[in-house]
Amino acid sequence: MFISQISIFLENVRGSLRNMTELLGEKGINLLAISIADTSGFGIVRVIVNSNEIERTLKILQEAGYIAKPNRVICVRVPHKPMGLAKVLACLDEASISVEYSYSFYKSNFNDACIIIRPSDLERSVNVLQSAGISMVSQHEVDAF
Amino acid sequence: MSILNPAIECMSREEMTKLQSQRLQSAVKHEYDNVPFYRKRMDEAGVKPEHILGIEDLHLLPFTVKDDLREGFPLGLLAVPKEQIVRIQGSSGTLGNPILVGYTAGDIEIWTEMVARALTALGCRKDSIVQVAYGYGLFTGGLGLHQAASRLEAMVIPMSSGNTQRQLIMMRELGTTVLCCTPSYAAFLGETARDMGILSQLKLKSGCFGGEPWSEKMRQNLEGLLNIDARDIYGLSEIAGPGVSFECEEKNGLHINEDHVIAEIIDPESGEKLPYGASGELVMTTITKTGQPMIRYRTRDICTLDNQSCSCGRTTIRMGRLTGRTDDMLIIRGVNVFPGQIESVLAGVSEVAPHYLLVADREASVDKLEVRVELTEDMFSDTVGQIQSISNTIASQIKSVVGIQADVKIVPPRSLPRSEGKTKRVLDNRRV
Repeated sequence: MFISQISIFLENVRGSLRNMTELLGEKGINLLAISIADTSGFGIVRVIVNSNEIERTLKILQEAGYIAKPNRVICVRVPHKPMGLAKVLACLDEASISVEYSYSFYKSNFNDACIIIRPSDLERSVNVLQSAGISMVSQHEVDAF
Repeated sequence: MSILNPAIECMSREEMTKLQSQRLQSAVKHEYDNVPFYRKRMDEAGVKPEHILGIEDLHLLPFTVKDDLREGFPLGLLAVPKEQIVRIQGSSGTLGNPILVGYTAGDIEIWTEMVARALTALGCRKDSIVQVAYGYGLFTGGLGLHQAASRLEAMVIPMSSGNTQRQLIMMRELGTTVLCCTPSYAAFLGETARDMGILSQLKLKSGCFGGEPWSEKMRQNLEGLLNIDARDIYGLSEIAGPGVSFECEEKNGLHINEDHVIAEIIDPESGEKLPYGASGELVMTTITKTGQPMIRYRTRDICTLDNQSCSCGRTTIRMGRLTGRTDDMLIIRGVNVFPGQIESVLAGVSEVAPHYLLVADREASVDKLEVRVELTEDMFSDTVGQIQSISNTIASQIKSVVGIQADVKIVPPRSLPRSEGKTKRVLDNRRV
């Protein structure tokens, strides 16, 4: 039920995001989702790519001098209506799991919204969500994009 | 402006050379006979006291470096029995043992005379009110200025450093005319006085500023802000303390008290003596000090020497402003910062010690230290929080190891400048 994500460290200066995305684009890497956490000095870019491309993406980035690391996140399907996401977050909160960050992921053949979440406790959050009947997007579904 | 000891300070070059030569000759003999360290060093270099006939033979003598003092801790380089030592001063020694210096009563006299010349040059007299805002203690600044102002029979206010509001109240109420402190603290005092609205009530005439490098721009700021004549004073505890050299009213280099120390400029790499005007490492030899004399002590300060005559009337040679340190030591708000200290902190936060650069700057007259650290693989994760917590850890450890607050900036790998050979660890933007 986990999704692989790649995190990349970028300096917070003009053009750095462009350079990084161009580098991947020129090598034929398609970004399925992206989120940016920025501070005054640096930014962390998180991207989702097809799982077959993760090794290659990391290699391209590292060879170009970037610091990039893979890690796992979860992706929940929430109904496209008020309180959709709030209910998911309530489940996690009640289990004392906090959300480090979250971003949305567009999947055109779903009617539901897809939200990527990096919970403080990955394994336990999957159990909590599963027992609450919340469905999650699998890596296979992501790859089938 | 007056000259305290014109017989010495305005001596002809021939007379000075003769005086220095005589003093050097007997000093070297005394040191060879009484300090096992110097005897060993000279024997190793194949030099005997009888080879030193005058200052032209100075180059035959081996250098002494800071580590020699550190290894001799506490008082390995004394040239007299310990009973003759009347005072201990020293440096903070944030890296390894502190450097201690033992003074005989005569050494204190000499040091006092040197600082008194500096104070006289900036107009300090019997009717002056001298506020000493250098730290008192092992650090030579406080007591050095205190002794000399007392010698001149001025009224001394021994405030030591810090407690800015109180400094300013005393300054206003007692009508301080001469302020002695680091230039950055002088700027802070001035800015605080301005904020308190009491600048116009101060009666300052001159400032005796040293203990850290400062620029002409800083002088203009201080002179404008405090409405004073701001003078540079240089020294180091290994040689005596402040007063080794000082500025006259011409403010064009610092006159060296050559009757007590001989200054040379050398190429820090080869050790070769360089001519007047060339930039290199300042090396000093004491010729009157008896407690803990120094033979060709490498100060690690980079400057030039100037033997042109000065319109103030003094004939002593002058050293230019310091333009750097051979060992990359930074002085931030009066605190010595060594790259090695930062390195030891960084080694603790990552498996691979990250590449780093120390950047010193002066903002609103306050010294700032920025530590740029290149991100390493194991410092990085997917959350911002982790990187921020690493930079907070680095900052707090620097604070505890070095004693100053630094801004830690995490930068991308390979973004800091690399150079051939010795890597540049320090960028000092405070110098003009």
